[in-house]
Amino acid sequence: MSTQTLTTVLFLAVVVLTVGITVWASRQGSGAANYYAGGRSFSGFQNGLAIGGDYMSAASFLGISGAIALYGYDGFLYSIGFLVAWLVALLLVAELLRNSGRYTMADQLAYRMRQRPVRTAAATSTVVVSIFYLLAQMVGAGALVALLLGVDSDALKNLVIVGVGFLMIFYVVVGGMKGTTWVQIVKALLLMAGTILITFLVGWHFHFNLSELLGAAAQHTGKGEDFLNPGLKYGATLTSKIDFLSLGLALVLGTAGLPHILIRFYTVPTSRDARSSVLWAIGLIGAFYLMTLVLGFGAAAMLDTGAESKVAVSGGNLASPLLAEAVGGGAGSTGGAVLLALISAVAFATILAVVAGLTLTSASSVAHDIYANVIKKGTATEQSEVKMARISAFVIGGIAIALAIPAQSLNIAFLVALAFAVAASANLPSIIYNLFWPRFNTRGATWSIYGGLIASVGLVFFSPVVSGSETALFKTADFAWFPLSNPGIVSIPLGFLLGYLGSITSREPSSVEAYPELEVRALTGAGAEGAVTH
Amino acid sequence: MAEETRHTTHQTSGHVIYEHLHASDDFHELRSRYRRFAIPWTIAFLAWYLLYVVMSNWATDFMDTKVVGNVNVALVFGLLQFVSTFGIAWLYAKHATKSLDPLARRLEQRYNEEVHR
Repeated sequence: MSTQTLTTVLFLAVVVLTVGITVWASRQGSGAANYYAGGRSFSGFQNGLAIGGDYMSAASFLGISGAIALYGYDGFLYSIGFLVAWLVALLLVAELLRNSGRYTMADQLAYRMRQRPVRTAAATSTVVVSIFYLLAQMVGAGALVALLLGVDSDALKNLVIVGVGFLMIFYVVVGGMKGTTWVQIVKALLLMAGTILITFLVGWHFHFNLSELLGAAAQHTGKGEDFLNPGLKYGATLTSKIDFLSLGLALVLGTAGLPHILIRFYTVPTSRDARSSVLWAIGLIGAFYLMTLVLGFGAAAMLDTGAESKVAVSGGNLASPLLAEAVGGGAGSTGGAVLLALISAVAFATILAVVAGLTLTSASSVAHDIYANVIKKGTATEQSEVKMARISAFVIGGIAIALAIPAQSLNIAFLVALAFAVAASANLPSIIYNLFWPRFNTRGATWSIYGGLIASVGLVFFSPVVSGSETALFKTADFAWFPLSNPGIVSIPLGFLLGYLGSITSREPSSVEAYPELEVRALTGAGAEGAVTH
Repeated sequence: MAEETRHTTHQTSGHVIYEHLHASDDFHELRSRYRRFAIPWTIAFLAWYLLYVVMSNWATDFMDTKVVGNVNVALVFGLLQFVSTFGIAWLYAKHATKSLDPLARRLEQRYNEEVHR
C-alpha cells in the first residue's frame, strides 16, 4: 500500500472514530448544562486530558517542532512560554472562575456588572479570538493534507478546509460539550502516543544522548554553534529583540485569557477538580513540549532543512511527519510509510479536536451571552437557548470556512500568536480585575475588553505582517508604521490601563456591593454550579 | 430547569448569607492564606520567565556558554523553566490541599446549612 492510500485510510479512521464518539455522546443527556458544560461531570484527569487536547494545536505539534528544525534554539522559546502560562491559569484563574461562572467567559463579569454591555463585549472578544485561532487550524489542515498527498492544488486545499469545517460543525451541533470533550480526550491520547513513539525512535538513533543529538543538528544544518544559541531568528536587531519580548509576554499571559480554555473549567463538578485538571494538563503539556524539543532537533539532524527543502517550504510544518518517515526507515520503506501516515493522522485528529473546541466556545457565547441575556434579557427557555447555540455553530463554522479559504497565504504561527495577544490584551485584564479588585466595574470592563481588542488587532494591521515587507499580506502597499509583528508589549499594558481608568472614572455602587459575594463564592465554592445529576 | 431556579434563589436570598460568610474569621483566614501564596509566587515565576526572555535577547555571551558537551546555559535555563513550572504547580497543589481546602469546605458547608434553614 502506498503512503497516500495508507494516509487516506487512517484519516478516514480518525473521522469515523470521532463521528462515532460524537453520536454516542449526544445520547448522554440534554439541557443547557449538558450542552455547554458536559453536565459538569468530567473528572479532573479526564478534563486534564481534554485541556491538553484543546491546547496542543497544530501550531504546537507541527509549528514548534518545525520552528526548532528551522531556527534551532529560538523555536524552543515558544514551548516555554506556552507552558509557564499555565501557572497563571492554575494560581489565579481556574478555580475562581469555576466557582463564579456557569457557561461562558462573560458569566463571571456579569456576576456583578451590568449584563448587556459586559456580555456584548466579552462575546465579541470571544468570537474574535476564536476565529483567529480557527483560521490558523483550518489553513494548517489544508496545507498539511495537500503536502502529504503531494498535490499542490488549490481545489484540494479548499476541499479539505470545507470538509474540516463541516466535521467541526457536526461535532458541535450533535455532540455539544460532551462530544467535543471526548474527541479532545481521544486526540490527546493519540497525540501523546504518537509523540512518545517518534521521540523514542529519535532517541534510539542518537543513543539517548542529548549532546550527541544537538551536535548532529548543529552540524547537519550547517549552522554550527549558532543553531544551538539564542538569536538565530530574533537576535538580528533591537526591533526584532523587542518583538521577541513582546511575543514572550503574549504567550505567557494569553493562555489564561483564551475563551476555549476557560470554558473547559466548567466541565468538572468542583473547583478542586478544576485544580486537578490544570495539574494534569501541566504534566501532559510539559512532557509534550519536552518531546517537541527532541523532535525539532531530530528533524534538524536527520532531514534536509535547506531553503528548497520540503521542511523549509512548508514553514517547518512538515518537520514532524517527515521525521517520522525518516526514523521509520526513510522514504520508500514500509516502516517510513506507516509512521508518516500515522503521524499525519495524529496531526489531523489534533486539528479536528481543536477546531471543535473553538466552534463550541464561540457558539456558546453567542447563544448564552448575546441571545439569551442581551436580546432575550434572560427570558429565553433552556431549549431555545441550546437550539440557538446549535444554529450559531452552523453560522460560525460557515464564517470560518469562508474566511479560511482566502486566508491561506497567512502564516499559521502568526495567527495563533495573534490570538494569544488578543486574549492577553482584551480578556485577561478584566478577568483578573474582576476577581481581585472590588472597585472594578462595567465601564472598566468594556474599556479594557474593547480597548485591548482594538489595540492588538489594529497594531497588527499597521505592522510589517500586513504591509510593507516581502512576507506581508499586501506586498505592494506600505502603511506599516508600527514596527513590531507582535503587539503584546503595547496592547497588554494598555488593556490593564484602560480597565483601571474606566473603573476610576465611573461610579457603580452595585458592582462594588456585589464583590464580597463574588469573592466568597469564588474562593469557597459556596453556591457554585454543581454537577448535573441524572 | 431545576438548575436555573436554584441559581436565581442563590442570587437573591443567598445575598445575606454571603455577607455573613464574608465577615467570618474563617473567610479572612482563607483569603489571606490564598493570597499569601498566589501573589508572591505569581510575581516570582513571571520575573523568572522574563529574566529568561531578556537574557536570551541581551546576555547571549553568557547564554552561549557550554555546560556539558553541546548543552549550553541557554538550554539548561530553558529546561529549568520546566522544572520551576512543575515545582510551583506541585507546591500550590500541596498548599491548597493542606491549607485552603479544609477552610473552603467548612465555609461551603456553613453556606449550605444556612440556605436550607
